[in-house]
Order: sequence, then C-alpha cells, then structure tokens
Amino acid sequence: MTTYDLIFYLFALIILVSAFIVVAARNIIYSAFSLLFTFFGVAGIYVLLNADFIAVVQVIIYVGGILVLIIFGVMLTNKITEVEIKTESFQVLPSIIISGIIGGTLVAIFTKTNWKVAEPQILDKTVTEIGRFLVSHYMILFELAGIILLVALIGSVMIARKEKLETEEVEK
Amino acid sequence: MIPLKYYLILSAAFFSIGIIGVLTRRNAIIIFMCIELMLNAVNLTLVSFSSFFGDSSGQIFVFFVMAVAAAEAAVGLAIIIALFRNKLTINVDEVNIFKW
Repeated sequence: MTTYDLIFYLFALIILVSAFIVVAARNIIYSAFSLLFTFFGVAGIYVLLNADFIAVVQVIIYVGGILVLIIFGVMLTNKITEVEIKTESFQVLPSIIISGIIGGTLVAIFTKTNWKVAEPQILDKTVTEIGRFLVSHYMILFELAGIILLVALIGSVMIARKEKLETEEVEK
Repeated sequence: MIPLKYYLILSAAFFSIGIIGVLTRRNAIIIFMCIELMLNAVNLTLVSFSSFFGDSSGQIFVFFVMAVAAAEAAVGLAIIIALFRNKLTINVDEVNIFKW
C-alpha cells in the first residue's frame, strides 16, 4: 500500500464518517460542523484526482459560502433561548431499505461496467483549459449560470423579506 | 494506484447516506444539508470520470453544479426563514397545510 492509497482511504474515511454524523447527529450544530469536514474531505479527494481548481472552488464556495449560509439559517430559525436545537428522525427502517436499494444499484452499475479508462493524467494547465472551455465551448451555459445566480439572489430577497404592508394594517 | 471503481463506490456510499438523511430527518435545514451531501457525491463522480478519462469537461460540469447549488442554498434558506416566520417551526411534518 503506497502513500497515495493511504491518503485516499484517509479522506474516504473522513467523508463517510462525517457524512454519517451529519445525518445522525441529534444536535443541528454538530451536523453543520461535521458538514465542514465532509466538504474538506471532498476537496482533498479532488486534489488527489488532479483537479486543483475544482478543489479550491469547493473550499471557497461550499465552506466559505454555503456552510456559512446554513449556519446563519440555523441561528435564525432555532429558538436559541429555549434550547430547542434537538431534532428527531422518523421512518428510519424504510428509508434505510430505500437508500440501500438505490446505493446497491449504483454500486452494481459502477462495478459491473467495463470502464475504458486510462491512468489519471496530470493535466499541467487545468485552470487554463477550464477557462478556455468556459469562454468558448460552454459560453452560453456560463452566461446562463450568471442569470440563474442573479434570479436566485433577487428571488431569495423577495421571499425572505418582511411584508411591511400587512403588519402596518394589523397595527392600525 | 487507486482504480476508478473505488472512487465511484465511495461516491455511491456518500450519496446513499445523503438519501437516508433526506428521508429520515424532520428538520428542514438538515434535509437541506443532506441535499448538499448528495450534490457533492455527484460532483465527486464527475471529477473522477474527468480525471480518469483525461477530459476537463467534467470539471466544468462540476463548476455549473456548484453554481446551481449556491443558488439553491440561497433560495432554500429564504424559504426556510419565511416558513419559520409564518409557522414558527421548520419541522417538515408539521408543515401540512396542503394536506386535507
């Protein structure tokens, strides 16, 4: 077993254990913090797969953006003063069966298929290549991603803001 | 060298854990985190294919998946906050006004 293999198994262990904690933890804050380790583990696997740009983007967007947003959501929606952060689960057995079926199907497909692969190559200029693809071959998708982000921003502000009209009417 | 299959099996297991979370938890924010887990599992599959086939298009797909995930995070948390403001709960089984 080489060092490369050892690093892969280490990151795989980090991902699976912390993902399980996200699902199983009783306290929502523990879930949010173990999501952090999951994202870092996935970033480590990306580095192992020679996708350095995607690994950095993973850390910036997921850890720096989405996770902070989720923790804000936790803080805004839980009654912190009343310590009601605990959450429960239900329908455990049926959902384990369903996810076992789906996961088993995926594993069967992945292992039975004869993938025609080469060894993972070290692309020396990943960022250059991705940048060139983004402004040439995938340019319309790139613009569409910008529009989606703008629409989502406006929509979320519209959904989450307080409706002032109704409260004023109630006060009168 | 780790073969492609191991990466794919890792992402399948990761995805299944996300499915269990979406189906069992009651708290909308944890369901939301589990959706992020599933999106990450798919990203892992795309990156491993991209690396083993020597084609960087897969990494561009991952880039777009991340853009959509960021948009989804913003809209989803806005919905959760609006829900909490109106019903004072974010447990999904207590939000059943469409049920009759």
